[in-house]
Amino acid sequence: MSKKKEAKKIVFESEKEMPAVPMSLGSMLYNKTGAWRNIKPVIDLSRCIKCGICWKFCPDASIDIVDDWPQINYVYCKGCGLCAEECPQKCIAMVEEEK
Amino acid sequence: MSKERKMTLTIPREEYMSPGHLACQGCGASLAMRLALKGLGQRTIVCIPACCWAVIDGPFPHSSLDIPIYHCAFETAASSASGVRAGLDMVGDTETTVLAWAGDGGTFDIGLQALSGAAERNDDIIYTCYDNEAYMNTGIQRSSATPIGAWTTTTPVKHYKKERKKDIIGIMAAHGIPYIATASVAYPEDMVKKFKKAREIKGTRFIHVFAPCPAGWKSRPEDTVKLARLAVQSGYFPLYEIEDGERWTLNLKVKERKPIAEYLKLQGRFRHLKEDEIALIQQEVDARWARILKNCGL
Repeated sequence: MSKKKEAKKIVFESEKEMPAVPMSLGSMLYNKTGAWRNIKPVIDLSRCIKCGICWKFCPDASIDIVDDWPQINYVYCKGCGLCAEECPQKCIAMVEEEK
Repeated sequence: MSKERKMTLTIPREEYMSPGHLACQGCGASLAMRLALKGLGQRTIVCIPACCWAVIDGPFPHSSLDIPIYHCAFETAASSASGVRAGLDMVGDTETTVLAWAGDGGTFDIGLQALSGAAERNDDIIYTCYDNEAYMNTGIQRSSATPIGAWTTTTPVKHYKKERKKDIIGIMAAHGIPYIATASVAYPEDMVKKFKKAREIKGTRFIHVFAPCPAGWKSRPEDTVKLARLAVQSGYFPLYEIEDGERWTLNLKVKERKPIAEYLKLQGRFRHLKEDEIALIQQEVDARWARILKNCGL
């Protein structure tokens, strides 16, 4: 669903451009919440059992399933660590972000 | 190790919530919305009063949900949803589900009369209260959903909350509406199933979702699901359904309940509690659990 949408911030140059009624025109994808993070999850796929638990519990919908494997979307992952905590295999490590 | 194994997903794969929303790290409420919409699907209109979700959704003209949202006044979640329903009926749309999505402040305190009115009229809406047990959006003020013993900014440690949490399920059951359920973000399959079930029922449906709040509960963000699970396993927030105000069903029979202390100690808001106070809370949880078991005929 969300992949079709544009990650562009909508800015109005003048009042005339604004819609007559307050309505949603775009998605929040422009807001790259990955910048909030100071630790990041890293999945060790060699130990992954594909249970989908990390995907299921991600409050930011930032874990995608790509070719049947979980893949973390670092553009939006806020680094809460829920996936690492809930992983039954404990194969997700929280690593300090380097910047 | 398991390269050939297929990934088996227990909940629908479709996402109706996009990333980039403004929730805190480890937010239970955003997880609750994600799971609820997986159950309800695309044909849903959601009415959001003032609550965390009014912010999480994002500033105008952006939205993090793929479905229409109507932002309404604090006390009007249920009445706005009733109005949207009436409008849809006028144009002959009976398929679209109308969801009112309010926090505990907008349900237990401010929106209670509108909710009671909608329940009395038996308007065809799903009313969901995502319960984070205080006014988290405005800065952790006490609500009538705040549990006994909890710290909030308006019930500081010296004068922690002495009153019990309001029994909202009891209030809704007294209205005799077709469907009432409790759900927890720690049990996504159960939660998605309940929303799917609610979608098929006509009349007012009430779903109480337990959504831990790391910022307000002073817990670690990674503990959100653990806390929600402990709440269910300790009997603090049992998962059950009530149909037509009479038929009670316990969805998760917890054989050996965990002590409530285990749930309390993970949260900074209960840190000041002494042994005897925890024992009192345990007694209350036991009494409520016994009452629910009795109502479920167990």
